[in-house]
Parts: sequence; structure tokens; C-alpha cells
Amino acid sequence: MTTLINEQGLRVDGRRFDQLRPFKLEVGVLRNADGSAYIEMGKNKIMAAVYGPKEVHPKHQTLPDRCLLRCRYHMSPFSVDTRKNPAPSRREIEISKILREALEPALILGDYPRTAIDVYLEVLQSDGGSRCAGLTAAALALADAGINMRDLVVACAAGKLGGQIVLDLSDVEDKEGDADLPVAIMPNLNQVTLLQLDGMMTGEEFKTAFEMALQGCKTLYDAQKATLISKYFGKAEPPQQEVQEGPEE
Amino acid sequence: MPGVTRKYVVPGELIVDGKYRLGANVYANQDKVYSTRVGLAEISRGEVRVIPLSGVYIPRVDDFVIGKITDYSAFAWEVDIASCFLAFLPAQSVFGRDYSPAQDSMLDRFKVGDLIAAKIAAFDRTRDPLVSVSGPGLGLINKGEIVKIMSTKVPRLIGKKGSMIKTVEAGTGCRLSIGQNGLIVVMGPPEGIAKALETIRLIEQEAHTADLTQKVEALLAESGGA
Repeated sequence: MTTLINEQGLRVDGRRFDQLRPFKLEVGVLRNADGSAYIEMGKNKIMAAVYGPKEVHPKHQTLPDRCLLRCRYHMSPFSVDTRKNPAPSRREIEISKILREALEPALILGDYPRTAIDVYLEVLQSDGGSRCAGLTAAALALADAGINMRDLVVACAAGKLGGQIVLDLSDVEDKEGDADLPVAIMPNLNQVTLLQLDGMMTGEEFKTAFEMALQGCKTLYDAQKATLISKYFGKAEPPQQEVQEGPEE
Repeated sequence: MPGVTRKYVVPGELIVDGKYRLGANVYANQDKVYSTRVGLAEISRGEVRVIPLSGVYIPRVDDFVIGKITDYSAFAWEVDIASCFLAFLPAQSVFGRDYSPAQDSMLDRFKVGDLIAAKIAAFDRTRDPLVSVSGPGLGLINKGEIVKIMSTKVPRLIGKKGSMIKTVEAGTGCRLSIGQNGLIVVMGPPEGIAKALETIRLIEQEAHTADLTQKVEALLAESGGA
């Protein structure tokens, strides 16, 4: 087993215990999708695409009072070291479900009855913590698609390596470490939409890890916001005089 | 305009704290007003609203729209109005109450693929929207160039009390029929149409910028001289 934390307290990739991996966010990267986003988180590269609201096919899945949210998390065959079978695996089906459930509370689905929204997450390169990175990108893509949302969703994981609680596990740390705690929140509403724990933690450790994950989420949320603002408004100042009104007003 | 505050917002962002009337694309949680969209928040005269910058067209009754006939049955045409809902044009509203599928031929009026100018007659979210073509300026579109822009940019293209549309029409010698769903028919001389399309694209891309009117006027003056 490799040592995950050296004598200086640095992790295998040189990070401190409370440091996120370098990340990059982009929004509006796909022309054909109604909304899209791209995230790089360490070596993760994930594309998120949103289609909808649109008509539901097959028709019998239509919900009379709200929108049907469908989510697909998929890892490309080339996203990992040894080729992954492109068919959806047990793990991918489960992650699709929990991502859908993590996004649902943020969306005002009642505004779009009898329609469907499809969210596609394609992992182009995987490096641990892809569900969190995917979720962060999916929320951006939904905002880009102009779907009514109560809040954005942002996710980050914390974990345990030896006795040390650390932020944002990479692939090796996830595999060799002792625990992994992915957390997704709606930052303005202060609500948790996803909380999983793989491994064992004491109550104290859990508290520390949860707080640390929240800090990570806050950092990512600021980046999410900045990405949306710069995509839609560039450096432009808000107009002071011009008023946008339709003829009906 | 006095008393109007504006700011850029993203979904979930706090706009103001306090008692306000809620306009479009906002929601309140214990007297805190949040945005539900990426857009421009406006606070004026006790009302808060957000002008969104993206999103699909959601029909509203009395909206003027441009649609394409995609199919027809014995009693109605199906109309694609570039929304998440398919609209229906009932044959009775075209032929009158005594419409009978045995006597009247629907294909005489509209064929599949025809473009129509229509008004949203009814839409209550429990059923698909109904459109109507009875009214001045409504019905089959048989000439002109069609362009599609994002429906959220339509108010900007029209401008305050139609100021922007008047500027574009005067500068290009074209007539513009602007559907609320983002489809636009441009009619006029060929060189005017090319100029108008260029202007419409500019407005769509720079809809949120402050000096849009000047940019549009500059573009119209420049291509007019060339």
C-alpha cells in the first residue's frame, strides 16, 4: 500500500489535507443542447448536457402535474485505464438515480407539467469523485438551459486517509483510503440533497468531514456563480437606462 | 427611469430582503426574494422580477406566435410553435362552427409544412395550447424570410413601446413580424432583408448590454452607406 500522506502532511498529489484539486468550469459548451456545462476536477473531465423541457416520449411516462426529470450518468469506455464496457453498469444506474434525486429538489418541476427534462452526464476521463463533479456541472447546465430553479446544486466529497480527514478524494485516495463522504448542497437554501458514506467514521470524524465538504462546496459554488455571470454578462455593467419591455406592458 | 434597481443574478441568488410583490421568475422564502433564472433582476415600485436570458418559450394567452403546421387530423392541425408544447389549431376556428370533415377539405387551407401567424387562444397548462388564426395579420405566411432567435430575447428586439423594431424597420425598409416564440418573418427588398437579419443577430447576441440601441443604429447606418 502506498503512503497517502507523507511526513510533511502532504497527499500523493502534493495537496494539503483541506485543499481541493485544481478545477475548471465552463458553461454553454454544446450547441445542440438546450444547456450544457463542462467541468475538470483534477483529472476528471465531465460533460453535462440538458435537453428540455420537451415533450415526453414514451407518452405514458407523462406526469400530469409536473415535469419528468431523467438523468443519465455514463462513463465513456476510454475514461478509465482498462476499457470500460459502454453498457450502463450497476454502479452507473445507481449514480444516475442518486444524481436525479440530488437535482430534483432544486428544480421547480411544477412549472413544466407534462414535459420532460433530460440530463446527460458523460465522464470523458475519470479520477474519483466524479459524481460530485458531475452534479456541479449538471446544475450549471440546468441553469444554462433556463429551467426555473430554487437554487443551484454543488457537490464535494471529504474522506479519511489513515486517521486524517481530507477534502476532495482523488482516485487513489478513494480506493486506498478509509472512508469517502460525498455531499451535495443547495448553498442558498442551506439544504443537503446528497449524502453518502462509504467506509467507517466516528461521530466526531463525520462532523469534521461534513464541515470540510461544506467548505469545499462553498468554494465551488463561488466558481459556479462566476462562470455563469461571465458567460452571460461578460464584463458588462448592468444597463442603467434601457428598459426591456414587451408590447403587452 | 427613477427608482429602478438592476443586478445580474443566477438561480438561487438572493435579490432583496423584504416585502415585495413577486413578478416573473422569482420566489420568496420568508420575505427573502430569490431568482429562479440566470438574468437581470429588476426592483421597481415594490415589485421584483427577473428578465431571463435563456430558456424555452412557454405560451401565454394572446401571444402572437409564428408556427409550422406539422400534421393534421380530422378536426385540428398540429402546430409546432418552438415550445415544449405542441399547439393545436381547431378546424372549427378556421371553417366556423358548422365545420364538417365530410364537406370541408382541411388541406385547402393549410398544408403540412405551411407557416402560419397565429395567436394563442387558450392555454392552461393542463392541456396543450390552442391557437387561432382569426384576426388581422394572422393566417398563412406566403412571403418573407424567417429567422429564429431565443424567445427570451424577443422583448429586447421589440424594445420599449416598439422602439427597437421601429428603428430596425426604418433602417432597412423591411417589415418585421415578431412572434413571442422567437420566430420572426422579415418582409421587404432583398438587400433590406440581409441587413435586417444581421441586425437581428446583433440584438440577439448583445441583448443584455447597455448601449445596444447605439450599436444597432451604428450597424444600420454603416451598412446603409455601403
